[in-house]
Amino acid sequence: MSEQTGTWWIWKVFWILLIVTAIEVILGIIKPSVLIDNSLLGTSLLNVVFIVLTIIKAAYIVMEFMHLGHEVKGLKWTILLPAVVLIPYLLFILLHEGNYIFGTL
Amino acid sequence: MANITINEKKAWAGGDKPFIASYGKLMMWFFLVSDALTFSGFLAAYGFMRFKYSHLWPVAEDVFTHFPFLHGDHPLLFVALMTFILIMSSVTMVLAVNAGNKNNKKGVILWMALTIIGGFTFLGSQVWEWGHFIHGDKGGIELPNHEIVHVVDENAHFYSLYDLVGVDSYDSHVHITIDDVKGALSERSDLALRLADKTVVSNEAAMAYLQNAEVVLGANLVRNEYGHQLFANFFYFITGFHGFHVFSGVVILIVIFINVIKGTYERRGHYEMVEKAGLYWHFVDLVWVFVFTFFYLV
Repeated sequence: MSEQTGTWWIWKVFWILLIVTAIEVILGIIKPSVLIDNSLLGTSLLNVVFIVLTIIKAAYIVMEFMHLGHEVKGLKWTILLPAVVLIPYLLFILLHEGNYIFGTL
Repeated sequence: MANITINEKKAWAGGDKPFIASYGKLMMWFFLVSDALTFSGFLAAYGFMRFKYSHLWPVAEDVFTHFPFLHGDHPLLFVALMTFILIMSSVTMVLAVNAGNKNNKKGVILWMALTIIGGFTFLGSQVWEWGHFIHGDKGGIELPNHEIVHVVDENAHFYSLYDLVGVDSYDSHVHITIDDVKGALSERSDLALRLADKTVVSNEAAMAYLQNAEVVLGANLVRNEYGHQLFANFFYFITGFHGFHVFSGVVILIVIFINVIKGTYERRGHYEMVEKAGLYWHFVDLVWVFVFTFFYLV
């Protein structure tokens, strides 16, 4: 467990979270047509951008603020693996099924 | 070989700390994993319904448009402020944990106090947001097939039923009937009707739709002027569940804050309790990051 000294890293993460949120809000307000009209993975490119930015924010919160990035490997994976495996699995099943019902209703 | 046997014996004898984390911290992490899966279940259910009714789902910018003391439409601005408040309180929480690691009691008191203030500010913002959502904004019309339609102007922006009929939306006795709307709408050829699937029908064609329709003002668990009923139900449930986490987080922080002032952790020699509360507090922030994306952006 590496001890970080000082508080500069806290403010670094703060600025990253703030800037990423600001980008999300600006994109949400102007809604660039390039991102709306093109789609990727069954949704608009804008939504994909939002989800990627959200995961970046989540990673910074968990790894830095919650200090998980600096814990021992075993603990890190004990916490992360259930979430990284089960959540996408659940999402895949439910969203796929919801889409199917929409198509056949 | 010999080495492994000795290690195994030692491991089975207990007392090893492979994760180099205390029992309390480990259990907090396990709780957070289960809580994360709970929230994922809710958000996945929300996603399921959204995909199932994708053509009828309301657009977030038509729903969350207001900012306190500002007139006009400001989509996303208020919720961006709420996000900022929560991120800021997360930062003060890390600073409190940081001060705790240095056994700096004054620092812990300062940063925890700011975190608690941030938590209350967020809760207050959520009360405002809910109040606004419950009261309703521009009003909707429910067709006999339970689809919600809206009066729109030439830019397809929602036009307030209160303005259309000419009453004050904050008058508690206000009551708008469908005949009021039909009468006023027939004299305003610049206005049209937007159906639940977002297609716009002209003013003349609108009258046929409004037969036996009902005016819906505000949103609750039974009626929802913004669109599909499930949108309101999931909004109340998920933001309410998150808000309750924030509330319990604030309570936990206050209890620990009192202990810090009393010097409990100073006598104990470490501020690990602040760190454990911090984990919970960051988790609340983490959940909000996802709620923000899936309710307001996507």
